[in-house]
Amino acid sequence: MSERTFRIYRGMQQQGEIVAYRVEISEGMVVLDALHDIQEQQAPDLAVRWNCKAGKCGSCSAEVNGMPRLTCMTRIDELPADQPITVTPMQAFPVIKDLVTDVSSNYAANKSIPAFKPRSPDAPDGSWRFYQYEVDRAQEFKKCIECFLCQDVCHVLRSHGKHEEFIGPAFLVRVAAYETHPIDVEDRSTYVKEHGGIGYCNITKCCTEVCPEHITITDNAIIPLKERVVDRHYDPLRRLIQMVRRTG
Amino acid sequence: MEASVAISRAEGLGRTLRRDRWWVAPLSVAVGLGICGAYATWAIFQGRNYFAEPYLSPFYSPCLGAQCPEEIRLLEFGWWPMSPAILLMWVILGFRGTCYYYRKAYYRAYFIDPPACAVGEHRGHRYRGETAFPFVLQNLHRYFLYLSAFILAFLWYDSLKAFFFEDGFGVGVGTIVLLVNVGLLTGYTFGCHSLRHLVGGNVDCYSCAQFGDGRHRLWRGATFFNRNHMAWAWTSLIYVCLADLYVRLVASGIITDLRIL
Repeated sequence: MSERTFRIYRGMQQQGEIVAYRVEISEGMVVLDALHDIQEQQAPDLAVRWNCKAGKCGSCSAEVNGMPRLTCMTRIDELPADQPITVTPMQAFPVIKDLVTDVSSNYAANKSIPAFKPRSPDAPDGSWRFYQYEVDRAQEFKKCIECFLCQDVCHVLRSHGKHEEFIGPAFLVRVAAYETHPIDVEDRSTYVKEHGGIGYCNITKCCTEVCPEHITITDNAIIPLKERVVDRHYDPLRRLIQMVRRTG
Repeated sequence: MEASVAISRAEGLGRTLRRDRWWVAPLSVAVGLGICGAYATWAIFQGRNYFAEPYLSPFYSPCLGAQCPEEIRLLEFGWWPMSPAILLMWVILGFRGTCYYYRKAYYRAYFIDPPACAVGEHRGHRYRGETAFPFVLQNLHRYFLYLSAFILAFLWYDSLKAFFFEDGFGVGVGTIVLLVNVGLLTGYTFGCHSLRHLVGGNVDCYSCAQFGDGRHRLWRGATFFNRNHMAWAWTSLIYVCLADLYVRLVASGIITDLRIL
C-alpha cells in the first residue's frame, strides 16, 4: 500500500479551487476508485458522474493531469509516481459542481442531425439486402460511447467556444455513420457545411488521440465528410461533369 | 483533505495542466518542416547542377524552360528567365500545403492553433478555421492531386531512364536513389485522403454502384496507404531533398556516382 496525492477541482463554474487529498493506493486501482475513496472517507459532497466502471457508458469523463480521459479506465500506476494526480472537469463544458459538467449542448447538436433515411425496402417483407463489407465503415462509428472526450479536447469548442456554430467531432462521427450507410439516401453535405460547421475543424486530430474506443475520427469520419462537402460545394469541375452526364 | 489552492482552469496561450513534454512534437515538426522547406527553396532557386546524365533531380522534373539541357527539356519556355524548377514547384507546394496531414502539422507547429491537444491557445483572435479565406482554399486539395499525379508520372519516367547510361543498361547508386524516391512519393500520393475519397470513399452502397466491387477494392488499396499517411509524408519529404542533394553532388563533381551494374 502506498499513498498518492490527488488534486481535485472543487466548486462551481464561476468559483472553484483545487483541493488536495491523500489516498491509499492498492494494486490495479483506477482514478475513479480513488475518487470514490475520497467521497467515502474525506469529502462526501464530492460530485462525480459515473455508472458502469467498465469504459462503456461514457459517464466518468474528466481531465486527468490535463488530458481528457475516462477516469474508470485510467490506471493510477500508469501516471507519473513522483507527482500528484490532478483531476479537473471537462473544460469545454460549464461546470455544474466539482467534476460534473453540463453536456446538454451535445444533445442539442445531436437533435439537429437529419435522421437516418433508408431507401425503399429490397424485399417484400420490408427488409434490406447489403453485404457486411459495405457496412464496416458505419459500424466503426457505432462504437461511440458518447463520453464527449473528443468534444472536450476539440479546440474549436474548448478554446474558441463555438458550440453554436460547430457540432463537434462526436456528432460528425454520427453524421458519418448515417452518410456511409449503404441503405441511407439522405444527403447531409449541406447540413454538415452550414449547420454542422465542419469548416471550423482544422483537423488537428486531438479527437482521434483521446477516443477511448479508438475510433479513427479524423481520418475515417471528418475528412471523408469534408471531401463530400467539397464534392457538393467546392468542386466546379465535378459539378460540370455531373451536369453534362445528366443532360447527356 | 490536505490543502487547497486557488484554481483556475488552464486557459491562455500554452497553458495546460498536462505534465508530459507536449511541446516536443510541435517543436520537432516546426524544425523538420523548416529545414526541408529551406533546403527545397535553396535547391529550387539554384537553377544549376540538377542534371547528371542519366539522373535528373526530382525538383526539376519535368524540365520546362530554355535553361534545361536539350536531352531532358519537355517544353521550351523562352520567356522564362529563372530556374526551371520554379515553374512547377507551386504544384508540389500546393499538394503538400493542402494535404490533410500537413495541415495538422503546421496548424499545430506554426499557427499554434492549437499547439497540442488540451493546451491553451491565444483566444483573442476571431477563429474561423477553414470556413473563410485563406484556409477555405484547402478545399482545392484534389486539384493539386490531379496536377501532382501528372508530375509523378514524369518522375517514374525519369527513374526508369536512370537505368540507361551512355554505354547502355546499368544500375548506379543514383538509379536506386531515384527509384526509392519515386516509390516513396507514390506511397504518399496513393494514401492521399482526396484520392481515397475519389476512388471509392464517395460510394455508400458498393453493391448498387456501377463498378462497385472495383471501387471498393481501390478504396481498400488507398486505405492501406492512408493508414500511415504521416509516415509516407515525412519519409517522402526528407528523401526527395536527399535525392536532389545526391544528384546535385554528382552533377557538381563533388562525388562520383558508383556503378553497381
